[in-house]
Amino acid sequence: MTANGWLQILVFCGLIILLIRPLGGYILRVVEGQRHGLSIMLGPLERLFYKAAGVDPQREQSWAGYAMAMLAFNFAGFILLYLILRTQQWLPLNPQGLPALSPHLAFNTAISFVTNTNWQSYGGEATMSYLSQMLGLTVQNFVSAATGIALAIALARGFARRQAQALGNFWADLTRVTLYILLPLCLPYALFLVWQGVPQNLLPYSEATTLEGAKQLIAQGPIASQEAIKILGTNGGGFMNANSAHPFENPTALTNFVQMLSIFAIGAALTNVFGRMVGDEKQGWAIFGAMGILFLMGIAAAYWAESVPNPLLQAAGVDANMEGKETRFGIAASMLFAVVTTAASCGAVNAMHDSLMPLAGMIPMINMQLGEVVIGGVGAGLYGMLLFVILAVFIAGLMVGRTPEYLGKKIEAREVKLTVLAILASPLCILGFTALASVLDAGLAGLQDQGPHGFSEMLYAFTSAAANNGSAFAGLTANSPFYNATLGIAMLLGRFAVILPMLAIAGSLGAKNTVAPSAGTFPTNNGLFVALLVGVVLIVGGLTFFPALALGPIAEHFALLQGSSY
Amino acid sequence: MRIHVLNDTPPQPGILRPALVLLLLLTLLTGLIYPLAVTGIAAAAFPQQAGGSLLQRDGQVVGSALLGQAFTGERYFQGRPSGAGASGYDAASSSGSNYGPSSKALLARIGADAERLGPAHPGQAIPADLLTASGSGLDPHISPAAAEYQVARVAAARGLSPDHLRLRIREHTQGRGLGFLGEAGVNVLTLNLALDAEQPTAP
Repeated sequence: MTANGWLQILVFCGLIILLIRPLGGYILRVVEGQRHGLSIMLGPLERLFYKAAGVDPQREQSWAGYAMAMLAFNFAGFILLYLILRTQQWLPLNPQGLPALSPHLAFNTAISFVTNTNWQSYGGEATMSYLSQMLGLTVQNFVSAATGIALAIALARGFARRQAQALGNFWADLTRVTLYILLPLCLPYALFLVWQGVPQNLLPYSEATTLEGAKQLIAQGPIASQEAIKILGTNGGGFMNANSAHPFENPTALTNFVQMLSIFAIGAALTNVFGRMVGDEKQGWAIFGAMGILFLMGIAAAYWAESVPNPLLQAAGVDANMEGKETRFGIAASMLFAVVTTAASCGAVNAMHDSLMPLAGMIPMINMQLGEVVIGGVGAGLYGMLLFVILAVFIAGLMVGRTPEYLGKKIEAREVKLTVLAILASPLCILGFTALASVLDAGLAGLQDQGPHGFSEMLYAFTSAAANNGSAFAGLTANSPFYNATLGIAMLLGRFAVILPMLAIAGSLGAKNTVAPSAGTFPTNNGLFVALLVGVVLIVGGLTFFPALALGPIAEHFALLQGSSY
Repeated sequence: MRIHVLNDTPPQPGILRPALVLLLLLTLLTGLIYPLAVTGIAAAAFPQQAGGSLLQRDGQVVGSALLGQAFTGERYFQGRPSGAGASGYDAASSSGSNYGPSSKALLARIGADAERLGPAHPGQAIPADLLTASGSGLDPHISPAAAEYQVARVAAARGLSPDHLRLRIREHTQGRGLGFLGEAGVNVLTLNLALDAEQPTAP
């Protein structure tokens, strides 16, 4: 570890904290339909959208109506993306003449981008036409992020409102978030990326003759426009196979730093939006505080673990763990990116996680297994953390023998049951499918590495899919019917088996009245609550996944210390 | 409980029409208009970068300033091992090696590279980045230490003084971003291009 490495980490944290209030204030204005600069300019376009769709933005939906609208929109998006991927060979903007995706790969990819996972069983530059990247993938990058933000806002309305039957209008939330938050941020962002070197063109791949006379085919395309939303929407699906490690996606240390900031920006700001909506910004800061503590623990552990030389490689004369890392980023910026991208459900990578030291690679896994509640995906992080908040106040209530309350709402059996249902969905997928893959030939066939690391590759894949992250221990060859199908199911359950109970909770809470705080009320905006919340997140996650982690990264760590290789 | 009569207006507008219409409109806006707008502005404002930062010599494209390429000759500074494509530095098939930290295959590759590099650079420890593959397989940079490691060899092959090479290396070194972000790196391709330009008639 170096002082300069820590400086990068601290400046990063400082800038995120500075961003939270201004961005949070703006997001609140947008989702509440207030007037702001952009709504004056783009208002006619917004109203045109509503008119064409036959939507009255003032007409709010119940939690079930909101959920149905969200599901219908996502299902339509899935069908459209699947069709584009299956027919790209006949469609325009395919200068390399790339063929259609196989049915199982198209299924997996369509689910992956609709659920904001962006797991990629393929290498972008060798698989996707420019049309598929733009009209297929970029679109889902936008709308899956907008869906996540809309859902977090709906949940916040459930906490904020009293005796309300409605949680908002999904169509209006979706349209406003896309028009006023995501698009206006992405346009200048994409141009910044081009300025720094990210290509943006529709030309065929260039053929170069290298200085030594070899041929080099240089893949390019409309990269910058997709890169901006890939990062800002915590999507993470790279235009190129190597993702943000590729110099065309992430050419400089400056773009790298801005990418990390923009992965966290919206998710962090949503904690402030939540605080403002429930009428006490400190409630938002308490949630952000718990996230921040978990984040600092993660980056400290990962940076330390990766800074210790690998004993096997050290014996061969390699004293720094640079396998899978880019020179321009180095170890500190690579580890910060790895922790940020898995804390936040992004899944973009600027270094190959498969080559990380065992314990350093375990931190991203733990981040995802905790449910990506540390900032989390845009929207998904906030609603994931609010589920843990409900669990935390429930446990606090059990300890003092009172009905738990949060923000004046009584948390009762229905909410706790739904919370546990949502929290159990992803561990069930991760552990169940990993167990299945470890005993089936179809699962073992995809492994690149043997020994405990091979197990880690499978565990990481299902963790990433169920957590809707999308990063990988990429040695695993996942483009097979078995992995495409099981990972697809894990992504679906990891998204919607959390969203539906979460919306039901919002509906149930919104309908309740609030009770005035009394002397016995457990305050949820102070340090004690933050500590309790961190404890609940760690204990629930730790108890669930410790055995699996012991078989993978922890076993590999001790094997390395013993000098074993596989 | 409310009872809906059949000819009553439904309590919610249908969901099929908004779902399909908004999907169509948002697809056109974010999937067509937005990327085409970025393409148009980028072509006007930053044509070189938008086109992939391609480098030309005598009217022929020799590579991209952002992408590494394979160098094996004594006269050239060499980049890092590459996992891109079957033989490395395939710019249409980016990839790391993805070897795990306890992989025998990784140890074998490192051993082979060390055997190849060691004898040509006697008495020096090999910098880590020359024995490890990058994340993209297209890393355009090596560390300043890895460039210094190769100075004596390239100087002998080209008949240039080591100090002259060090000057060139400094010119092609990209420092940390804003002075503190990431790490410094030497761009191998532009450095080698500059050296070739100095000795246009050399074999």
